[in-house]
Amino acid sequence: MAVYKRSYRGYSGALTPAWSRFLVLYRFARRTMFRSRFQTGFFTLCFFFPLLCLLGIYANAHLSAFSFLTKRSGPLLKMDGSFFYIFTSVQCTLAFLLTAFLGPGLVSPDLANGALTLYLCRPLARTEYVLGKLSVLVITLSWITWVPGAVLFFTQSAMEKGWMAANFNLLIGVLVGSFLWILVLSLLSLALSAWVKWRVVAGALLLAVFFMGGGFGNAINAVLQTQQGYLIDIARLISIVEVSFFRDGTPQPFSPLEASLALLAIAGCCLWLLMRKVRPNEVIE
Amino acid sequence: MDTSTQSAPVSEALAAAGASARPAAPVIELENLTVRLGHREVLRNISCSFRGRTIGLLGPNGAGKSTLINTLLGFWPVASGTARVFGTDIRSHAKQIRGQIGYMPENDAFISKMSAVSFIRMMAELSGLPSDAALERAHEALFYVGLGEARYRPLGTYSLGMKQMAKLAQAIAHGPKLLILDEPTNGLDPSARQRMIRLVREMRDSGEMHIVLCSHLLRDVEETCEEVVILKQGQVVHYANLAEERRSNLRFLELELQDDTETFRTAIEALGCECAPGAGKRLKVVLGEKVGVEDVYRIASEQNVQIRRLNFRRDTLEDIFLKAMETRNGGL
Repeated sequence: MAVYKRSYRGYSGALTPAWSRFLVLYRFARRTMFRSRFQTGFFTLCFFFPLLCLLGIYANAHLSAFSFLTKRSGPLLKMDGSFFYIFTSVQCTLAFLLTAFLGPGLVSPDLANGALTLYLCRPLARTEYVLGKLSVLVITLSWITWVPGAVLFFTQSAMEKGWMAANFNLLIGVLVGSFLWILVLSLLSLALSAWVKWRVVAGALLLAVFFMGGGFGNAINAVLQTQQGYLIDIARLISIVEVSFFRDGTPQPFSPLEASLALLAIAGCCLWLLMRKVRPNEVIE
Repeated sequence: MDTSTQSAPVSEALAAAGASARPAAPVIELENLTVRLGHREVLRNISCSFRGRTIGLLGPNGAGKSTLINTLLGFWPVASGTARVFGTDIRSHAKQIRGQIGYMPENDAFISKMSAVSFIRMMAELSGLPSDAALERAHEALFYVGLGEARYRPLGTYSLGMKQMAKLAQAIAHGPKLLILDEPTNGLDPSARQRMIRLVREMRDSGEMHIVLCSHLLRDVEETCEEVVILKQGQVVHYANLAEERRSNLRFLELELQDDTETFRTAIEALGCECAPGAGKRLKVVLGEKVGVEDVYRIASEQNVQIRRLNFRRDTLEDIFLKAMETRNGGL
């Protein structure tokens, strides 16, 4: 099918391994994402706070060099659960905003004009398609949540002997909190965009689910004199799990296990919704 | 003299190569295939096999053409029976089969903000081509279908005809062994339709792939296909090998003469042809083994007989389709 010949010829070259093909979706989505200046700018901005924290850890370990800045004799920052909790909370909030921009644009364009049929008529299963789209968010959000969190943890460990062994639960907290946040955010944004097939509306819905979910949860709690309303407050549920790693003794409406199960149930619902919509043909019942 | 012979739509080269070029194994084999959507049986006990380079799927709306295609692609589950593509069962090796198929769907299928070349490259990569090869083939495919100059434009800005061509480009970019075209000429103007038909013929004649063409337009199928299957209410109601029919129909002539000339008829019969007078001044002729149309003209010239019309008598695809659609009570 050479251009100058304008004739058809088949393809007899090598093929890529079947397992790696879902990553094609990630590669193309990443390219689209960084084509937008706003998204690239926002993604870069997400590294500002981790960098600040890193400088704080460095300054904390080299107090003598910065003694002119403070008259205090103690450390500048207390490297404990609160520090990592605040770090994770800030980064997860940024991850939420980034997902609101990125997530809805992943599936809805494929569904809006029937391109999904063309994906699935190739050697690509529905699960691989979902995995490919999910990987875009998981990898991107990882770069701004648990990866810098782990870098901070290991930097602090390198600065202070014996600190790592005493605070290993903080690393687990960063990892678990970030993974939960990424999983729920990714699935929710993909499911919403698959459901409404309209990028702007899907983004608005994602914001509504988080903000209005919290509001409704509080309203239910107030009206019914219960704490079950927190079950629809996703941010609160994740916070309950995170707090169990970072701060001891803070009273919570649910145990971390119950909150984790509720989050997994939400993730399961999103996955079900997504798989119902990700089909090569519209099913008319 | 009007010699309105009906042109043989499939090229002579293909017709001559027809039987010899046939693969040993069938391209598609269906055995008692039944497909249910909900409680409705959309395909019912279909059994047939296709070996030709180009297979036409015909039938009225709701006959099950698209369902058959979707089943071959593994989109719909098989309720009972078996379906094989290149000898491979679609139930157990759906992904493997999809790797060998290029599919051009009937409906819109594009990502509006993506450029054509990026879109087709991505589709080729998803079919397993390495990145560089996919890019090269995407450019080639777009040039091949006539979208070379517009390949960097977003697909959303394309006209309907261009979108059809882009769908064809994505279907062939990875070099499939079986190309499934669902209503490829839908919404095309006459010149764009001609271009599409020409491309389908070229791909057919390249010998690199088999083509299944599903269309409402009998002319599209007639111009491109060797084999035709007519579906009605989820069942195969007729199978025709158009290439063979065309070859056999070339032996039948229908002449309209200016005068009723008995001597002309006798001379034709003397060549070894069978003749039967038709209505008016018409004469039906079955040519003998070694007799050609030129012999008929020669005798007419020798006897100063004026032939006003000469037709190859054949059942058109429309005749075949209408016969197949006839129900037992004679209605359609």
